[in-house]
Amino acid sequence: MNTLPQDFFGRIVFIIQKYGFTLLEGAGTTLIIAVIGTIVGCLIGFFVGVIQTIPISKKDNILKQIFLKLVKILLDIYVEVFRGTPMMVQAMFIFYGSAIMFNIRMDMWTAAYFIVSINTGAYMAETVRGGILSIPEGQTEGAMAIGMTHFQTMLYVIIPQALRNIMPQIGNNLIINIKDTCVLSSIGVVELFFATKTVSGAYYTVFEAYSITMVIYLVMTVFFSKLLRFFEKKLNGPKDYSLSTTDTLAYTSGMLKYPDKENHYE
Amino acid sequence: MNEIIKVEHLSKKFGNHEVLKDINFSVEAGKVTSIIGASGSGKSTLLRCMNLLETATSGKILYKNENVLTSKNIPSYRTKVGMVFQGFNLFENMNVLQNCKIGLTKVLKEDKEQAEKESLHFLEKVGMLPYINAKPRQLSGGQKQRVAIARALAMKPDVLLFDEPTSALDPQMVGEVLKVIKDLANEGFTMIIVTHEMAFAREVSNYVVYMKDGVICEEGSPEEIFNNPNKEETKEFLHRFTNL
Ligand SMILES: Nc1ncnc2c1ncn2[C@@H]1O[C@H](COP(=O)(O)OP(=O)(O)O)[C@@H](O)[C@H]1O
Ligand SMILES: [Mg+2]
Repeated sequence: MNTLPQDFFGRIVFIIQKYGFTLLEGAGTTLIIAVIGTIVGCLIGFFVGVIQTIPISKKDNILKQIFLKLVKILLDIYVEVFRGTPMMVQAMFIFYGSAIMFNIRMDMWTAAYFIVSINTGAYMAETVRGGILSIPEGQTEGAMAIGMTHFQTMLYVIIPQALRNIMPQIGNNLIINIKDTCVLSSIGVVELFFATKTVSGAYYTVFEAYSITMVIYLVMTVFFSKLLRFFEKKLNGPKDYSLSTTDTLAYTSGMLKYPDKENHYE
Repeated sequence: MNEIIKVEHLSKKFGNHEVLKDINFSVEAGKVTSIIGASGSGKSTLLRCMNLLETATSGKILYKNENVLTSKNIPSYRTKVGMVFQGFNLFENMNVLQNCKIGLTKVLKEDKEQAEKESLHFLEKVGMLPYINAKPRQLSGGQKQRVAIARALAMKPDVLLFDEPTSALDPQMVGEVLKVIKDLANEGFTMIIVTHEMAFAREVSNYVVYMKDGVICEEGSPEEIFNNPNKEETKEFLHRFTNL
């Protein structure tokens, strides 16, 4: 059996050799839950945010008005409950509660994805609502004036701009999720934090094990924050544009991009 | 007389503030109607009611003899009676060409090639062909408004409503937009134009409506309104404007 080296770096190397795979596996679990939870959460957020911003017109029939009002109230309650309670408490409540109250044996993984998604959804709903409201009303009227429906206006005009505006918030949520999946250790998910706890316990190398884990978390969060920054830039599009003209002389001199194939909306 | 739009006893209240009171007027196909009047007199509200962006409190708006206030298909009516706004209202996430095309592909369900061909045609008409790749934020006010006009025209409406199309523009850009509208008038395009450009209204309109405090105070041919107004209020208003 290996003996534990005496110096800090020696111990680090020892842990990496012996438990590197366990830690990486934990990190992989953390990442996949965080990424999928964020994506699903964003979809939930967009869905809820869009519904929250549907105008209730007095011209609609009364049943539709009542139905819409009711749905909005339910969604409000959802947002308040999940924003207003700690994710760790939610995890325990949902995982153990679902078994006792409804006799559903939710497996640990389902519970993990569910909790992160639903939690992110509650945060994103408010962000998306704000993002939608931040797009000037005029563009909605411009869209309506050419005959677009509310749904088309949202899909083609408002959401693409709202999405760009809330990209930093989406990035923020992903980073928070990478860190906060550690609360899922409370329901037994072996993510990075849980894995580290196990590793550090084996040889009483708490400081060394957590040093490695600190670095792993930091690498993951920095990587994703840079990646999202890159997407933001992409979404901004080019800063300038090229004049196009039907003048063929200009065409051969290369000032023309007409029509600009890669820049088409569809 | 070939009336394409007829407004009957139209009234609009915001809360208990009656902004439009018993408005009656009609628009002949192929004619240009200008609406003039002081700020706050209800001109925008009237146009917005006609585009169904505001819901009239009572009365009727007949388009080809059908009351659009009870219409089930509002979007399809809007493709027939389009609107151009003071603030342009272009889609900021799309370039100039996409701004024109989107209504054709998504609302009129035209195929992409056809939509592109038509969009380019209307952009050429307003002199914006060189800028098809530009985003709205890269254009001047006058250019934006010309794109907005092309976007509205691309839907091939029967009528266009203009709400102070040049009021948000720097003086040197007013001319380029008015020229586009003038060309449309010469082609016999049916338009209702709210404007403070009196010389333009006089030159381009077939009919002028003067509004004051939510009612139509006086209406008639440009000669009648600008040269021989009957009412004191009209005289006063025009006097104030020509002395500016
Ligand atoms: N959404 C609204 N809510 C309440 N009052 C409004 C609204 N829009 C316009 N008004 C009021 O209606 C009157 C007419 O406004 P408007 O139609 O914009 O006049 P104009 O276009 O002739 O300047 C004004 O007194 C204005 O304050
Ligand atoms: Mg106005």
